[in-house]
Amino acid sequence: MIRTAYDAVNAARSSEKISTRRLINGLFTNFFELHGDRHAADDAAIVAGIAELNGVPVTVIGIQKGSTMDEKMATHFGCPEPEGYRKALRLMKQAEKFHRPVITLVNTPGAFPDVHAEHHGQGESIAQCLLVGTQLRVPYLSLIVGEGGSGGALALACGDQTWMFEDSIYSVLSPEGYASILWKDAHRVEEAAEEMRLTPEDLLEDGIIDRIVPEVKDDKSMGQLRQQMISEIDTLRQTPIEELMAQRHERWRNF
Amino acid sequence: MTSKFETPTPSELSQRTDKIPDNLMHRCPICHQVMTHYQSADKTCPNCGYGFRLTARERVEAITDTFEEIDRDVTIPSRFDDSLYLQKIERAKQATKLNESVLTGFASINRQQCGLAIMDSHFIMGSLGSATGEKLTRLFEAAKQKRVPVVLFAASGGARMQEGMNSLMQMAKVSQAVADFQAAGLAYIVVLTDPTMGGVTASFATQGDVILAEPHAMIGFAGRRVIEQTIKQAPPQDFQRAETLLAHGLIDAIVQRVDLKQTLSQLLQWHQVKEA
Ligand SMILES: [Zn+2]
Repeated sequence: MIRTAYDAVNAARSSEKISTRRLINGLFTNFFELHGDRHAADDAAIVAGIAELNGVPVTVIGIQKGSTMDEKMATHFGCPEPEGYRKALRLMKQAEKFHRPVITLVNTPGAFPDVHAEHHGQGESIAQCLLVGTQLRVPYLSLIVGEGGSGGALALACGDQTWMFEDSIYSVLSPEGYASILWKDAHRVEEAAEEMRLTPEDLLEDGIIDRIVPEVKDDKSMGQLRQQMISEIDTLRQTPIEELMAQRHERWRNF
Repeated sequence: MTSKFETPTPSELSQRTDKIPDNLMHRCPICHQVMTHYQSADKTCPNCGYGFRLTARERVEAITDTFEEIDRDVTIPSRFDDSLYLQKIERAKQATKLNESVLTGFASINRQQCGLAIMDSHFIMGSLGSATGEKLTRLFEAAKQKRVPVVLFAASGGARMQEGMNSLMQMAKVSQAVADFQAAGLAYIVVLTDPTMGGVTASFATQGDVILAEPHAMIGFAGRRVIEQTIKQAPPQDFQRAETLLAHGLIDAIVQRVDLKQTLSQLLQWHQVKEA
């Protein structure tokens, strides 16, 4: 059976999808979580810290949805608040200072839309992630794990490469939002998904992303993803920094 | 309504006002004052100071001594071939006499030289298309070469859905150009105008060294309707207005439209690069 774009949307949102935390524990060793934005709060939607990838210290920043209902409430179902993006920002700068590659794992419907987030500068916090992320003088690799929702996902995916899992989506807004804004009918979601080119295959073809990687379902597939990451981070680390920055500049300038 | 001396109901009133041609009557969206014509040349509400939406060309008139447009012919890339979208673009071009949602160039503001970008909400809600991002990026690159500050008037509903991920990518592309420009020691001054929302707020509109706003301008990331659906209640009255952003420390100052030219030229003067 041929998979439709809407199948991809459902697969990306599936509760069977591997959690960000399990992915961190499978890909890296000695993960040590770092908390807080040093100003106001510690957003549970962003799980971040230092770990080792094949013995190399890296900074890991993930967006997590949580598994239990309590966790889901705390993370707003994977929708970060400005404090979360500022935590990410702090740890990106820290990674740069200590020459650690940055690896981000993105799974979010989007930045959290509420009054608190607006009052605390949701837009500005994402804008700073873009300003700092595109200029970060260390290798910066991103993986879209499930949902890559709009600016809230791009904030943590503006480095050297963006990869996507087979069952993931990345889009400018949700297919429901697209249908309701463009056709005033949120029920035309399947049609919207088809039109939006949000599947990994479409996005690879359109030059938006760099690689599609197989879903992690067991130890074997975890090991395969880990090998791909080790190899790519090695390549990026061996690239002279000015060359790396020029490549990244070129990547974004061409859009 | 039975007698002509009776107070009309709100629905009767709105029916009556609907019959008055739009260009003869303006209702302030903030304080609801009705004006039969703009009482000030700068199109502001005499009651509350709200600045009505200006076209990019009107803004050029209001703010500059001289203006030289660049990249006038930059338009949507040919890979976007959806006929409905192309029609929309064509109508926007005819209505605004612009080829994209931003007008870019080099200007003199009270004799202060600068790069100038003005977004026009009349062009598909000032949405961020690929060509919008390209024009902004080129402006920052050119202003970096000339070593002059950049002033940007933001006015946008956010990303342009019809261009999908290519629109989203512009947020990072322009951010990169802003970062390069600022790293060269040059000043970037933003004026947030009504409305500045979505992906534009979440990128170059909030990356200025100085961020100004016009009175009562609606500024935010998420749309009001989306927030209402999330929190299951109406946000406060003054939500996403310039005054609220100022109170929360998100912008530097609110400037009345009548003072804008003077304020900008003063800020530009302080930030002109003096070559050794
Ligand atoms: Zn008013």
